[in-house]
Order: sequence, then C-alpha cells, then structure tokens
Amino acid sequence: MTGILEQIAADYTTRTAKQTKRIIVCAGTGCMANGAAAIIRELKLQLTVKTVEAQLIADRHDNATIGIDGSGCQGFCQMGPLVDIEPLGIMYVRVQPEDVEEIIETTIKKGQVIERLLYVDPATGNRCRGKNDIPFYRKQHRLTLELCGRINPEDIGEYVARGGYVSANNCLNHMTPDRIGSTVLDAGLRGRGGGGFPTGKKWQLALVEKADQKYVICNGDEGDPGAFMDRSVMEGNPHSVVEGMLIAAKAIGAHAGFVYVRAEYPLAVQRMRRAVSDAHRHGIIGPDALGSGYTFTLEVMEGAGAFVCGEETALMASVMGHRGMPTPKPPFPSQRGLRNSPTIINNVETFATVPVIFRMGATEFRKIGTKDSPGTKTFALTGHVANTGLIEVPFGTTLGEIVNDIGGGVIDPEGKRSGEFKVVQIGGPSGGCLTREHCNLPLDFDSLKSIGAMVGSGGLVVMHTGTCIVQVARYFMQFTQNESCGKCVPCREGTRQMLLMLDDIAEGRATMETLDELERLARAVRTASLCGLGKTAPNPVLSTIRTFRDEYLAHVVDKKCPAGECKALRRPEIDTDRCIGCGACLRACPVGAITGTRKLPHLIDAGKCIKCGACAAKCKFNAIIGV
Amino acid sequence: MSTTATRNETPLRRFEKVVSILDEHHYDREKLIPILHAVQQEYHYLPEPVMMYVANALNISPAKIYGVATFYSHFTLTPKGKHVIRICDGTACHVKGSMKLHDMLHEVLKLENGKKTTDDLLFTLETVSCLGACGLAPVMMVNDQVYGQLTAEKAAAIINEIQRNEHGGAV
Repeated sequence: MTGILEQIAADYTTRTAKQTKRIIVCAGTGCMANGAAAIIRELKLQLTVKTVEAQLIADRHDNATIGIDGSGCQGFCQMGPLVDIEPLGIMYVRVQPEDVEEIIETTIKKGQVIERLLYVDPATGNRCRGKNDIPFYRKQHRLTLELCGRINPEDIGEYVARGGYVSANNCLNHMTPDRIGSTVLDAGLRGRGGGGFPTGKKWQLALVEKADQKYVICNGDEGDPGAFMDRSVMEGNPHSVVEGMLIAAKAIGAHAGFVYVRAEYPLAVQRMRRAVSDAHRHGIIGPDALGSGYTFTLEVMEGAGAFVCGEETALMASVMGHRGMPTPKPPFPSQRGLRNSPTIINNVETFATVPVIFRMGATEFRKIGTKDSPGTKTFALTGHVANTGLIEVPFGTTLGEIVNDIGGGVIDPEGKRSGEFKVVQIGGPSGGCLTREHCNLPLDFDSLKSIGAMVGSGGLVVMHTGTCIVQVARYFMQFTQNESCGKCVPCREGTRQMLLMLDDIAEGRATMETLDELERLARAVRTASLCGLGKTAPNPVLSTIRTFRDEYLAHVVDKKCPAGECKALRRPEIDTDRCIGCGACLRACPVGAITGTRKLPHLIDAGKCIKCGACAAKCKFNAIIGV
Repeated sequence: MSTTATRNETPLRRFEKVVSILDEHHYDREKLIPILHAVQQEYHYLPEPVMMYVANALNISPAKIYGVATFYSHFTLTPKGKHVIRICDGTACHVKGSMKLHDMLHEVLKLENGKKTTDDLLFTLETVSCLGACGLAPVMMVNDQVYGQLTAEKAAAIINEIQRNEHGGAV
C-alpha cells in the first residue's frame, strides 16, 4: 500500500477511535421521501440537547463517541426511513422523528432494543433485530452493494479504511494493462448495462488500438423506467465507481474519463462530484495517481433528459455537447469513440464490480453465479410485491426465489398477499415478460436471451392478475415512441405505427389483420433500426403477444379486456339482483347516465356513460359490474 | 418573448450572469450542455436572447443551440411555474396508478387544452419517465422534494397546501 492510502485510513481511524456507537440513517432517495432528513435533524438536535457528543454529518466533531451518518440506499425502501445502530446490529424501520428520543435513551445510552420499531416478518410474525434476521436481506448476496448503505458515501476516509482503492493501487503500481484486462476476462465479468458483453474483452480491444489519447466513460444515464440500481450505487458508494474507472483507465491506457449521470438524479450527480474531487485532492486520481506516475483525470457530466443517451454512441455525442443521436457501428467506440479516439463505455454497476474482482481474485469471483454469467446482479424489485426495493443476488437465482423469498410474495388487486403474479417485466422497455412458468428459470444473461427477454439494466416489475397485458405493451411502446430520437425511419415511424395499432387493440377497433401487421412491423423495426433503442423497442410487444396471445385475441375478437383495464372496452352494467335502488350511483354519475326509481334497480345508459367508474366507487353493494 | 416582461429583469444584469457562466466553462463549445444547465438554473428557462448571446459567444449557429435545447427534455424554452410538479410515470408508478394522480392534479390546477403551466405561473405539471424511487410508487416530486406512496387524494392535499401557503403569503 502506498503512503497515500495508509495516511487516509489512519486519519479516519484516529477520527473515529473514540466512537462507541454509530447511528446510520438511510439517506437514499426512498427514505428521504419518507422523511429521513427530519430524523437526522432530530437526532442532531436531541444529541446536542442531551450533550452527548456526536460526530455530525455536516459539522464534524472529531473524537466524538456517537457517530451519526447518512448512508446511501439500503434497499428496503418500503420500510423506510431505516435507522441502523452499530455495532449492535439493530435496524429500526419506519422511524418517525417522535421516536428519536426513545432511541437515544434506550438504545444509545442503555444498549437495549426497542421492540416496536423492529421489522416484523409477516410470514412468521417474528420481530427481526437486524438485517441478518430479515428474509429480504438474508436471501441476498451483497457484493457490489456490500458497502452501499453501510458507509458514509461522502467520506473517502471510510471507503479507504474498509479496503477501498487497494485494488486500484495494485493495478496501478504492480500490474501491466494486459494483465488487468486478462484478469477481468478470466473473472468472466459481463456488462451490467444490459448487453452482457465481456468487459475484459472490451478493454483488450481498446488496449490494442494505437492512439495518443483514449477515454473511459461511465454510463450513468439509467433511463429505464423501473430501474434505480445505478442511482443507488452512485449515491451509496460513489468511490467504488471512481476506483473501477481508474483500473479501467490503466487497463486500456486512457488518461481522461467522464462520468455521465442523468439529470433526474441530482443527488447522484452531487455525490459523484464530491467523490471525484476528494479522490483528486488526495492524489488518488490526477497527474500522479496513487504515486504510480500514471495520469488520470475524471470529470462528472450531467445529462439533460434523453433516454437515448444511454446508447453509447449517443452518449458520446451528448458529452461533446451535441444532440444525443446514435451513429452506426462499426466503427465501435473501442476503435473510434469520443473525439475519434478509442473509448470504452461501461455501466456504473460494471465499474463498481471491478474492484471487487481484484479484491477477491478472478477464481473466487467465478465461484459465484453461473458458469457463463459469473458474479451477482442488482435488481430493482418493484410493482405489486410485498417488499419493494433494491436487491443483489447471484446470477442463476430463480425468479420464484426473488419474488417470493426476497419480495415476500405478490400483492393482489385487493391489496392482499397472495402467491400469484401474472407477469414480471424484466429489463424495462427493451426487455420482455416472464410468467409463472418461468418461476424456476435461473436468471442469467443467456437463459433470458433464450426466451426472448434480457437482463437489461435490471428492473423487475411484478404485476398482479389485474393487469392488462395490452396496456403493459402499450405503455412501453408509448415510452420508446416518446424517446425515439427520430434519426432512423424504422424506429421513428415504426414505434408510432405500433403504438397506434396497440391503441386500436385497446379500444376495440382492431381486427386479426392488425395483430398480424403488428407482429410483422415489430420484426421489421427490430431488424432495421439503427441503435439499441429501436432494435429492442418491439421486445415488449413480441414477448407479450407470444405469451399472452389469448388475451390479445380477447381484445381483438371478443372486444373484451379480461383484466378490465381498457376503458373503451368496459361495459358497465347494474346487477339487478344486487341493486337496492338507493340512488347513490345516480347522484355520483357526472354525466347523468344513470336513471331509476328509488328502491328499484337502476339502469345505465351506455350511450351517455363515460366509463369513469364513479358509480362503482360509491355503490356499497358491488352491484355495478364491468367497470 | 412576451412572457419575459413579467419577470422584471433588466437585460443588462441578465447578460452579466451569462458572461460569468461562459467564463466558468472557458467558452468551450463541448460544454454547451453544462452551459445551458447553468443558464436554465439561473432563469428557470432558456430565454431566446440569452441563447442568441451564447451562440455568438461560442461561435456556433443559433440553430444548433435550438437543436440541443429542444432535444433534451430537461431544457425548456418557455417559463416554468414557481413550483414544478413532476409525476413519475415509470413502470412501477404506472402500474400503481400514477395517471390517476396526474388527472387529479390536472383538475386541481385547472389546466386545460394541454397547458402545463398555470396562468399565475405558480405551478407546472409534468410527467417524467422515472424518478428512480420505484420502491415507493406512485411517486411525485414537487421541486426537489419527493413524495411517495401517494393516492390521488394525498397528491391533491399536498398541492392544496402549497396553494394555501402561496395565497396566504401574497395577501
């Protein structure tokens, strides 16, 4: 270890030597929305009032006995705000500012647990003391996210004290670029951004190019709706990204890099900037990175809201200050990328995994996951599932394990816990649909590809049986249609036409011909589009038609929406057996479509009805059906 | 732009700020996007005269700046309201009923004919593709504050509260 890292670690150790307890409040976006900021404020206030010396986040008092830190996302967003007490290993959930006093009195001062703030496992009814007892965490394997949520992301000292930048130090001072690339290749690391291209291979391709300047770019333009893994890594452990990029730079011979972060992630932008400037200040990056004589400068750039910029050639155009439009490949970025120089672009999670590989060794890394997809993958588990949040599991974990064991089962349309999901959408607008028959499918790059889906960036949206599949396909098509940059015709016009056809299906105007045309067009767009956005845009359509053909047929032939979501196909009626003629619906109807005499069954005029559902919401006897 | 007059800013002061933004970015054309970010941060939108000035200063055509400004959804050419409401319509929020929030707020703010900003320039209502807080779906963001696990009624209550504060403060 060079003196630089030793010094930073030693400083941190001295700073925290007297710390006996540490309160970590999750300050990820989810918990902040639930009021984590108020908890931190209250903790600071109470500790000051009670004259317990605390190491505050904003104004650091060195040598304090109680530390208060805000961490990055701990993943269990739904139960937030989360408060950890270390080293007791206690985790409190749904903490409110009113609870703070008790936490200080009981847990901090006396070391006792407050039972009512613990998480209750709904399956067993047991109270869980800490993360190791909670099924949501116990079933995960945290590798890339290991420190995420456990350290203060704005403290470079803590990252270094926990072994950070040691991998980069080894690479920069003791390894040749060739060996770095081959180690990553041996570890079998594949791009976490979706494609699954071997990262080591990408680096080797860029290494053999002869050029005066080369670039490393981190793709933090996580635009897939339903995905927030990259955001969590950048917010929770930004230094791991910097370290991964530094290693990559040495591996290909690059001396400059960019981190491109989405504009919708202001906190991630801020934390990445802070990490880069701290790393620079300590000489970890810069003109003599880690005392190795190697130069690497890093810049953080904020995007401006264009989904297509997640595509690598479009991203490079955006970095140069142009409209983010993709260009044909080849030439590949590794040959001619940013400023016509060889460039590698990797995803946030990929970079964050690189230091882990060097820390544990390629052989050990390969022992996790499957043969062709080693390691772990983070997923954003959301939708109709009991436990939503950020998770990390080894490749090869089955869908059933994720939804049922970690996710705690599916929430049905009535809000109750039940075992049955209709579909799990994976990989956002470029991905596909998994159904119950895929419950035992081990999730990895190749198994998903074989069934026409993809890992994508890792969004897993669980949908219950009350979800209309045509609406799901339409939703994604609307998204890609909006985000299509308009450069190539198949994507620009194709997505629009597909959207119109889906509208026809959802609104009862479609014929069997529409369905055939839709499939044909989808295949054409997939083949002929210029970039990944267009090539994958038809995936949700094709995958849902293949799996749920019957439901499409119900819309097209019978003009019925089995899930009852397609408004135009609704036929609201009053069940005369149930209706007691109370008149509640009549008064609720905004267009006067309901008529009837008191105490006699009422009637809906289909011509006037706008299918708003106001009547059904008011009816206490469930007499209004089909809306 | 007729709307600029309502902001009561003297043209001179405005350009001073632009010059300092350009200085900060060393008049580097590659930094056009960060420059536009900074301009928008300052004025809450991209006023046409300022963009013309930036084009001249960087020696690129106004058309190019217009192209970039209209390509990215973050940039806006018309003034936004004081409070920007962003309703997340990401997958998770969508399946949990985000459009109900949207329809409700549309009504609360009396926005008609595709308008996004209220006449009094207090509110702008937008939908965004994903705010990345899917664990708390459905979600909306008012300025920088994220609100999660909403219903249409909760969303309306939040906006009503802001309206009350605004009107209370104005009297």
